[in-house]
Amino acid sequence: MSLPRLLDPLAPPRGFVATNLSLPRPEKLKVAIIGSGNIGTDLMMKIRRSASLECSLFIGRNPDSLGLVRAREMGVPVSSAGIQAIIDRPDLCNLVFDATSAAEHAKHHPILKALGLQVIDMTPSRVGAMAVPAINLEQLAAHQNVNMVSCGGQASTPLAYAIAQTHAEVEYYEVVSSISSLSAGPATRANLDEYIDTTETALRKFTGCANTKTILILNPAQPPIHMQTTVSAKVATADLDRLRPVVDRMVATIQRYVPGYQMIVPPVFEHNRIVMMVRVTGLGDFLPSYAGNLDIINCAAIATAEHFALCRTKKEPL
Amino acid sequence: MKHVLISDPTLRDGNHAVMHQLNSTQIAAYCRAADEAGLPIVEVGHGNGLAAASLQLGLSLVPDKEMLEVARSNLSRSQLGVFIIPGFGTIKRDLAPAIEIGADVVRVGSHCTEADTTARHLAYAREHGKKAYGNLMMCHMASPATLLAECRKMQSYGADGVVLMDSAGALLPADVTERFKVLVGGLEIPVGFHAHNNLGMAIANSIAAVEAGGRILDGTARGFGAGAGNAQLEVLIAVLQQLGYETNIDLYKVLDLSDIAEKQVMKTVPIVRPTSIVSGMAGVVSTFAKHVDRISVQYAVDPRDLFFELGRRKVVAGQEDIIIEVAMDLAHRRDAVSQAR
Repeated sequence: MSLPRLLDPLAPPRGFVATNLSLPRPEKLKVAIIGSGNIGTDLMMKIRRSASLECSLFIGRNPDSLGLVRAREMGVPVSSAGIQAIIDRPDLCNLVFDATSAAEHAKHHPILKALGLQVIDMTPSRVGAMAVPAINLEQLAAHQNVNMVSCGGQASTPLAYAIAQTHAEVEYYEVVSSISSLSAGPATRANLDEYIDTTETALRKFTGCANTKTILILNPAQPPIHMQTTVSAKVATADLDRLRPVVDRMVATIQRYVPGYQMIVPPVFEHNRIVMMVRVTGLGDFLPSYAGNLDIINCAAIATAEHFALCRTKKEPL
Repeated sequence: MKHVLISDPTLRDGNHAVMHQLNSTQIAAYCRAADEAGLPIVEVGHGNGLAAASLQLGLSLVPDKEMLEVARSNLSRSQLGVFIIPGFGTIKRDLAPAIEIGADVVRVGSHCTEADTTARHLAYAREHGKKAYGNLMMCHMASPATLLAECRKMQSYGADGVVLMDSAGALLPADVTERFKVLVGGLEIPVGFHAHNNLGMAIANSIAAVEAGGRILDGTARGFGAGAGNAQLEVLIAVLQQLGYETNIDLYKVLDLSDIAEKQVMKTVPIVRPTSIVSGMAGVVSTFAKHVDRISVQYAVDPRDLFFELGRRKVVAGQEDIIIEVAMDLAHRRDAVSQAR
């Protein structure tokens, strides 16, 4: 099965926000973050660098959590009231990042929707539209709720999409990610089934292939390993000459928002399958640089939020 | 008389030895003979357990569901065991259907420092009235104290027992004794051992485990398993008998079982090949053997160098994809050296 060719696979990426505009900036988009774990705290730190986003509220449940302490130190407004903080003051933000868990997000979603707030869901809940900026950034702004899939999904689906665009018949896609144990917090560990389910669903959606598999490995090695993701595809015949430039283009697009995304095994044909492997080195904001898994999903979410900010500026100058 | 519970993963670990190509006829024949011999638990499936059929590890000839159905219909006295590693298999897609088909015993595996990933799967098996064991893979990579902490987590999730898997066949008998003394002393549930024979220590290590208080041992017919294979079941039963342990397994019938297995299930009987020795020394999981053989040829690198380099990278079970990257890296370094000359 192959996808309709919606885009020219070699066309330049569109919709990303240039980071060093010298034009006078409009007011920043106000965002709230629910969830003060690894993901939420790292998002908060990344938002401080953004030219178009401002973290107006950082919400946890335990006032003494490492994340809330860090946010307070950085001068970010905090609350330990959970979702109630937004119910009490929905005017404080235009956009909410939900960095809790899949089960929590299922409860938050109707509340946030009723409040008319746009949501970027960081959990593998599969409530909202699946968002992978390198593939579908321009189609996301219309959705009230978008879902960032998973770290492995952000690393792999663009490569699988590149294979789908250059090969008419792909029987099967497989994605294996290895991450450092230290980078996997309690929610990640409890949500391995949801991670697999969500990543496989994203692979099916973006490749159009019904047959997909996802595997996640935690590796406790010291010094910690960087996130690595391998994408394999079973194809009748491989056209690597056609695939390579499309993959290179895709990697360059991802590097615009994930600087540490690096191809370490370019597409090869081995054992009757196309195989390629990427490594993701994080920016080292909240967790050290080995936590590329944390970085890639957060960088993708920031790119999405910045695009939303851009769309709003175009539509209704503040 | 001290009792040892024997679990037989010939039709699971042995699947590694034939790149997961065991067929239904072989599964049926082995199950009938194992049932006849009184094996308490017969584990069946892809080498890495439920949902592990993949390009990464090898696709199965027979789907999980069919393997379990064939085994179920050929076992009456023996319990049917399944293995599941969270990160590969999920509860809804894989474990629930396996229990539906009739799995009696669920082994939930994780790398030896990642026990908290098994909590939900262990709980699910227990809630459905099944025996649930926690398996810690690559147990040479953690200290006895760390292993105890991880086993205590599994105990707290409701595990009926824990099993240390020496997945790389890297341990020596004194290492096993040290680990079992700590675990047996610190846990309320039985502790078991799953050996690999990379350094020829599978039987000696298994005996060290029970002599230090272990109560569960895994053995496979003719040692049929990944790499150099496992503890050879029929030898294990014989040695345990000599030492005065009770297994409730009929000696002659388990010897017959092993002959049936050799004739009907395996193409070649596992032996300790040079690459397996190196794999054991490097502490690299035995399941890598066939992939290293293939990839070392494709990239013209010495498979022994490949194993030692993988060991330096501290790869864990399931990371077969890294073999290509390391092989390319070795080939690249070799070419750079020859160009410099």
